[in-house]
Amino acid sequence: MNLYFRYLTILFKSQLQYRTSFWLLAAGQFFIPFFVFAGVYFLFQRFGEIRGWTFYEVALCFGVIHMAFSLSECVARGFDSFSALVVSGDFDRLLVRPRGTVVQVLGSKFEFSRVGRLVQSLFVLIWAVTQVQVEWSAAKAVTLLLMVVCGVMIFTGIFILAATMCFWTIQGLEAANIFTDGGREMAQYPLTIYEKGIRIFFTFVIPFGCVNYLPLLYVLDKQEGSGFLYMLIPLAGALFLLPCLWIWRIGVRRYRSTGS
Amino acid sequence: MIQLEGIRKTFKVAKRSAGLRQALKALFVREYSQVNALEGISFSIREGEIVGYIGPNGAGKSTTIKIMSGILLPDGGTCSILGYTPWEERVAYVRNIGVVFGQRTQLWWDVPVLDSFELLKDIYLIPPGEYRSNLALLTETLGIGDLLQTPVRQLSLGQRMRCEIAASLLHGPRILFLDEPTIGLDAVSKLAVRQFVKTINREKGVTVILTTHDMSDIEALADRILLIGKGRLLYDGKLEELRGRFESLPMDDIIVRLYREFRL
Repeated sequence: MNLYFRYLTILFKSQLQYRTSFWLLAAGQFFIPFFVFAGVYFLFQRFGEIRGWTFYEVALCFGVIHMAFSLSECVARGFDSFSALVVSGDFDRLLVRPRGTVVQVLGSKFEFSRVGRLVQSLFVLIWAVTQVQVEWSAAKAVTLLLMVVCGVMIFTGIFILAATMCFWTIQGLEAANIFTDGGREMAQYPLTIYEKGIRIFFTFVIPFGCVNYLPLLYVLDKQEGSGFLYMLIPLAGALFLLPCLWIWRIGVRRYRSTGS
Repeated sequence: MIQLEGIRKTFKVAKRSAGLRQALKALFVREYSQVNALEGISFSIREGEIVGYIGPNGAGKSTTIKIMSGILLPDGGTCSILGYTPWEERVAYVRNIGVVFGQRTQLWWDVPVLDSFELLKDIYLIPPGEYRSNLALLTETLGIGDLLQTPVRQLSLGQRMRCEIAASLLHGPRILFLDEPTIGLDAVSKLAVRQFVKTINREKGVTVILTTHDMSDIEALADRILLIGKGRLLYDGKLEELRGRFESLPMDDIIVRLYREFRL
């Protein structure tokens, strides 16, 4: 962890060398989800609500998912752009250093410009939290925090899976965007609005449901039975990271035996 | 200290044929051919030696270096370095080695050299006292004291290479792998690098294994050469002896002769 912050410091110093580019990128990153969100807003203006979900409830969902996504894009950018590391041969360099590969890849890049997206999703989240018709409590705030943190873990897991594909094929990356960008677009709405197959996929295979829909039921007092279980369900979603790390290790082993 | 025994390595390479039809076919069915990069390499190196590892392109030099530095797993054979098997105990082993890839940088491009050094200190968990004394020694002998505050991208190639070498020695490794350390350097920097390699070898007893295409590097530094070609060890011994055997032919001609001799 300490090492990770050291990496961050040096990357931050590097970023400071390119200030104009940083501000432009950050502004761009602010406006992209802003327009997506505006789209959601106009949709609800026209239809009122979707399957019993009001605009602010969906906005809460949107804020949580986009916040998790932008955080993981900042943090796990090293995995997102991992193919460059393999193509340039710099991954060899990581292997001759006495540290784990995961922390070194995480530390290889940090996308500061994603702060723009982060700020935008924070605005949405705060707005939704203040407007939605719910009695807030400490437990609900914790749940919201858990949703974001565990969401970051799921997105990071997908980034790791996508990076692992580089060990087999260098050009496999676009396929993974289906699950990162696609997953984000799907998960910004509560899962009930989708067909059953999609709901099952995003609950048990890539567990976005565990970090938005299910705990959201608790936050909005829509759950049946004990709220405690709903509150902790994001942690189950975070377990997704474990098989991803395991597959990563297999990939590294393969890289070291094929050298490609 | 370094012991390689019958190291073998084969790569699977996808066959590529010309023509659109063949390319389309390759989308679905891939044909692979086996390339024998190393066919049983054995040698041993004693502590404090400087060994030149030479051979033409594609001979298997980098593959051997990668196996010895724990990056690659061989298909067969054993390798013991400082009592470790490099690819099995990677993390514990690589603390004891330094690696310089001449073609690539290990420094962070946009920040001053010193920042890279500080980060390496944290990566290798170098104790502060040891770090300070190593840094002082390296900056003095490599003459990079004035460069430490300069961002890496503003350094000349020669200056950068000296910083690279310093970076790979900060943690006080006992073995240094130099993969083409003088590639593209001007005469002054070349001489400085050679001088430095000699110095740390003599004063700190660092064992050095260097690959190069520049025969004057070998002449200036190596007591011993290992010559490989097409995955086999062709010669192991003193450079002068090899020269004597072939009546001082240029090195390239010697390699061609040896290929013929071994029917490769």
